[in-house]
Amino acid sequence: MIHCYKLNGYNIVLDVFSGSVHSVDEVAFDAVSMYEHNDKETIKRALLEKYKSQNDVTPEDIEELFEDIESLKESGKLFAPDVYADKAFDLKNRNTVIKALCLHVAHTCNLNCEYCFASQGKYHGERALMSLEVGKRALDFLVENSGTRTNLEVDFFGGEPLMNWQVVKDIVMYGRELEKKNNKKFRFTLTTNGVLLDDDVIEFANKEMHNVVLSLDGRKEIHDHLRKTVGGKGSYDIIVPKFQHFAEKRGNQNYYMRGTFTHNNVDFTNDIFHMADLGFTELSMEPVVCKPDDPYALTEEDLPILFEQYEILAKEMLKREKEGRGFTFYHYMIDLKGGPCIYKRISGCGSGTEYMAVTPWGELFPCHQFVGDEKYSLGNIWDGVTNKEVQNEFKLCNAYAREECRDCWAKLYCSGGCAANAYHASGSVTGVYEYGCRLFKKRMECAIMMQVDKSINK
Amino acid sequence: MKRIQTIDTRDLKKSTKTGGCGECQTSCQSACKTSCGVANQQCEKSADKQ
Repeated sequence: MIHCYKLNGYNIVLDVFSGSVHSVDEVAFDAVSMYEHNDKETIKRALLEKYKSQNDVTPEDIEELFEDIESLKESGKLFAPDVYADKAFDLKNRNTVIKALCLHVAHTCNLNCEYCFASQGKYHGERALMSLEVGKRALDFLVENSGTRTNLEVDFFGGEPLMNWQVVKDIVMYGRELEKKNNKKFRFTLTTNGVLLDDDVIEFANKEMHNVVLSLDGRKEIHDHLRKTVGGKGSYDIIVPKFQHFAEKRGNQNYYMRGTFTHNNVDFTNDIFHMADLGFTELSMEPVVCKPDDPYALTEEDLPILFEQYEILAKEMLKREKEGRGFTFYHYMIDLKGGPCIYKRISGCGSGTEYMAVTPWGELFPCHQFVGDEKYSLGNIWDGVTNKEVQNEFKLCNAYAREECRDCWAKLYCSGGCAANAYHASGSVTGVYEYGCRLFKKRMECAIMMQVDKSINK
Repeated sequence: MKRIQTIDTRDLKKSTKTGGCGECQTSCQSACKTSCGVANQQCEKSADKQ
């Protein structure tokens, strides 16, 4: 399967099953696009007719082009067959180990963001804080179920985790003890709205947190519109100076400035550029996840605007990089040489199998987005996963699980997509969130184009 | 090749033999938390080499 598209002056041919990417001229673009469904004589006639005003497009030249195409085909870089489908069938029977936990250390929040999927941190339940005892047991549970995996990830999430900061610090210290005893390596992440950021948090996070995710939606008026304090005021002025201080102190260590865009700011690139202009360099901006009838939900009419926005973003990022003031965008961080192997590309995000969320009281859910939905309760950190039926459902979430993905060129980039998004859109974790697919495909086209640009102009 | 420039990429078919160690990061952990893919995941083995 191939995917041919034009973007930013490039004609790009993506060979889906080999992962190869080719930048081609107009003639080759047409030839490759027609190659699978037409005989060579038909293609040759069509090309000679279309490019009759170009002296370099001759019958001999087209024969040479056919030879090049055949050569790429023989080397497995063009029209490579799908040799992975059988491997996907084994996924249901695989033995999985747990390698990541999202610890909901605080089901409470000091902001009252209108679009919060976690219902202002409470996940449609009571306010709660995780005890140190539960946190320690969660790490024990992770180590016990991680098999031979060395790298284990733990995200401190909420609600707002800084509302339970001492417990976070104590859990990290306990994790460091476990590392030595068990030959494991914890990578901790802190996701925070920034309200309670202070020097103690910054110092500890820069020493112990592999990554920090800082929530900012961009321009002041956009951020303040939905991210309000409990008293109803905007939070921009409270958090931005703290985030700037944090980013400065963080040096070269990982962080993401992460925003959400909604129907209110379909021109979201202006929010990304605003973040960049504030001095932040590691950026992420996500489409809002909400019910279709919410006033800020993205609409069908928004789609063409969003597509254009992703293109604007890619072009501007290339421009700024050449000017020496580049920044990264999470979804455009694609490494064509060192990216994921085919197993990762098929098996997906691992929610419910390799990755689980832990509530303040130690209950397990397939991921943070299922917390509070009792039918998706998997078990708890003392007894382990007892709801095997739900876990088996999640084992099936992979790049080959959905009929809708069968002919999709992007399936080895999204791996079947987000189970929570699919569930909210279709009622099934093995369904499809088609709107999200369309945005994802656009992002991948932009990300690959940027790599082509960098490769050609390096 | 006159009209085709091939970008250097990881050979996915070869990775059926070399991949699958499972040490890589869980997709949306530590990042977007809403609309993940796998494309931007780093391979732990290649990260080691780097």
